[in-house]
Amino acid sequence: MEPFTTHTGVGVPLRRSNVDTDQIIPAVYLKRVSRTGFEDGLFAAWRGDPSFVLDQPGYAGGSVLVAGPDFGTGSSREHAVWALKDYGFRVVLAPRFADIFRGNSGKQGLVAGQVAQEDVEALWALLEAEPGTRVTVDLDTRTVTCGSFSAPFVVDDYTRWRLMEGLDDIGLTLRSEADIDAFEAVRPSWKPATLPVRA
Amino acid sequence: MGRTLAEKVWDAHVVRQGGPGEPDLLYIDLHLVHEVTSPQAFDGLRQAGRPVRRPDLTIATEDHNVPTQAIDQPIADLTSRTQVDTLRRNCAEFGVRLHSLGDAEQGIVHVVGPQLGLTQPGTTVVCGDSHTSTHGAFGALAFGIGTSEVEHVLATQTLPLAPFRTMAITVEGELPEGTTAKDVILAVIAKIGTGGGQGYVLEYRGEAIRALSMEARMTICNMSIEAGARAGMIAPDQTTFDYLAGRPHAPAGADWDAAVQWWSTLHTDDDAVFDAEVVLQAADLEPFVTWGTNPGQGVPLSGSVPDPATITDPDARHAAERALAYMDLAPGTPLRAVAVDTVFIGSCTNGRIEDLRTAAEVLRGRKVADGVRVLVVPGSARVRLQAEAEGLDQVFTDVGAEWRNAGCSMCLGMNPDQLAPGERAVSTSNRNFEGRQGKGGRTHLSSVEVAAATAVRGTLSSPADLDAPVPA
Repeated sequence: MEPFTTHTGVGVPLRRSNVDTDQIIPAVYLKRVSRTGFEDGLFAAWRGDPSFVLDQPGYAGGSVLVAGPDFGTGSSREHAVWALKDYGFRVVLAPRFADIFRGNSGKQGLVAGQVAQEDVEALWALLEAEPGTRVTVDLDTRTVTCGSFSAPFVVDDYTRWRLMEGLDDIGLTLRSEADIDAFEAVRPSWKPATLPVRA
Repeated sequence: MGRTLAEKVWDAHVVRQGGPGEPDLLYIDLHLVHEVTSPQAFDGLRQAGRPVRRPDLTIATEDHNVPTQAIDQPIADLTSRTQVDTLRRNCAEFGVRLHSLGDAEQGIVHVVGPQLGLTQPGTTVVCGDSHTSTHGAFGALAFGIGTSEVEHVLATQTLPLAPFRTMAITVEGELPEGTTAKDVILAVIAKIGTGGGQGYVLEYRGEAIRALSMEARMTICNMSIEAGARAGMIAPDQTTFDYLAGRPHAPAGADWDAAVQWWSTLHTDDDAVFDAEVVLQAADLEPFVTWGTNPGQGVPLSGSVPDPATITDPDARHAAERALAYMDLAPGTPLRAVAVDTVFIGSCTNGRIEDLRTAAEVLRGRKVADGVRVLVVPGSARVRLQAEAEGLDQVFTDVGAEWRNAGCSMCLGMNPDQLAPGERAVSTSNRNFEGRQGKGGRTHLSSVEVAAATAVRGTLSSPADLDAPVPA
C-alpha cells in the first residue's frame, strides 16, 4: 500500500446523506473477479444525468469527495472503496461514516475523514461556487484546507499511522503468529469445525 | 463490574491485546465464504504465497449470483458463471469445504451456518457480507467484513478490531397478535435511524425477545446492520440449545455438556453497564412497512406516507423528498392503498422454514391477486427439501406463486430475479435502497405475514385484512 501523507486535488461536493454502498456501486458490478476497473460502476445509477456532480465538466478529475452524513452504509462490499479509488478519489470527507466502509477504506489507502457538518456545508459552498476548486488534505495534521478555509478532520490514530506508513495488515498480524499459535493450543476442542464434514 | 454478553465473547477471543488506541487481535471461530466477496481475497493469498490457515474453520457456499430456476443448466450470465467457477477453483486449490449449486447444503450463507449447527453461542463469526449479524441470534459475535479482511482471516484466522460500544435494545411485554420479529426490527430502525447503531453491538433483550423462536431471533439480528450497528446479539437460552441439539456440527456427548455449561454463562451480568439503552413497549408495536428508500423510513401499515414538509431536520426532509419521488408516492397516501406488482418471500432475513410455513398458512386456499407476480425463494436447498416434504410447495404453486431454488435472489437482484424499472414490490428482505432489487425498482419491506397477505389482495395488507374489501 502506498503511504499517504498529504494530497491536493479537485473537490467534489456530493450533497446527499445516507449514500449507501448500493448507490456507490450497484450489485451488478460486483460480478468481476478482478480488483481493478470498477470506476465505470461508481454511482452508476446517477451517472449520465447532467445535473449529477460527477457528470459536470467542472469537477472532472476530482479526487476529494465531500459527502453528507452516513456515507457508505449498507452492504459490506469493498468494491465501493475500489470504485472510488479506481475513479481517482484519494479522500472522502463526511460528517459520519458507516463502520464497515470506514474499515474497508483504511485497508485500501482511501482516507475517510470525519468532518463536522458545518465544515462540510462550508466546503460544499466553496466547491459549488467555483467548480474545480482544489482541496488539500493533510493526514499528518489531520487538516483539510480550501483557499483560506481550513478545518480539522478525524481519522483514528491507528488508521492514520498505518496509512502514513503504507502498512499491510496481514503482514502486521503475522508478526504475532506465536500468539495465534498459543491461542489455538488452548482453544476448546468442542468449538465448531467445518471439517471433517458431518451430516 | 459485570460485563455485557458482547464483552464476554470479545474477551474470550483476544489473541493479543492492543496498546492504547490500537486494535485488539481477535480469534475468529467460523469464516463463511461466498462467491462475490472472496475472489480478490484468494487472489491476494496466491500472490503472497500464503495458505488458508484453518480450512477446518472455513466453509463456502454459492448464493448471491446463482439462478433460482434451471439450476441443472450452466449459469447463463457469463460474469456470474465466472464468479461461481472462480469460487469452485479457489476452494479446490485451498482445501475449503464448498456447497455448490445442486448440493443439499447449498444456500444463503446465513441460513446454511445455523442449520448445520456451525453457528454456536459465544463464537466469533465473520463473512464478507453485512448480514453476518444474523448469527448473533445465537449469542455469537458475528459481523460483516470487507474483502481485505476476508483475505486477512483466511491467512491468519484473526482480525485486528477496535473495541465496540454496547447498546441494549429492550422490548418489554408481549407482542400483540399478528406482530412479528420483522415488525420489531423495522420499528427499532425507524426509531434509532439508519445511523443510530453506528459503532455499537446491539443486544436485544426483554420478554418479547425471549419469547421468540430462533428463526425470529435471526430475523431481528439480521437487520442490525440496517441500523448501522456492527452486530446484534441475543443471549443464548434453552430455545437456543434446543435448536442446536442434534444438528450435524453441534457438539455431542460430553462435549455438549461442556459447551452448554459455558454457553449458560453467556448473558449480560446484572451489574454490567451498556453505553446506550433503548426501550420499546411490545404493546405499542404493530405490522410495519417501509415507504422510502432506506430501512429507517418505515411506518405502521395502518399509517400513511409521511409529508416531508412536516420533517424539521433539513437533511431528513431532503432525503424523504428524494425517497418519495423515487418511490412515486404522494404524502398522505394510506399504506394500505399502495398496490404492488411483485411479492418476494425469501432472503437471509426471512427465508427459513418457519417463514415458509407462515407464508403457506396465510396463502393456503386463496389465490394470488390478478397481475401480481409472487416469488417464494427458500433460503437454502435444505429448507426447500423440508418445505417440499411438508407440502408447502404445493400450497405456493396452487395459489399461483412461483416456487424457486435457493439463493439470495431478488433481495439484491444479482441473478435474473429482478424488478423492472418502475415496478413496485413488497419484499421480506432487508434493504429498500434505490435500485436494490433491480434498476428503477421500488421496494416496500415487510414481514412474511404482510407480504403473503399482500400477494392475495394486491395492495399492502396484513392477514387480518384478508376478508375485508380491497381499498378502491
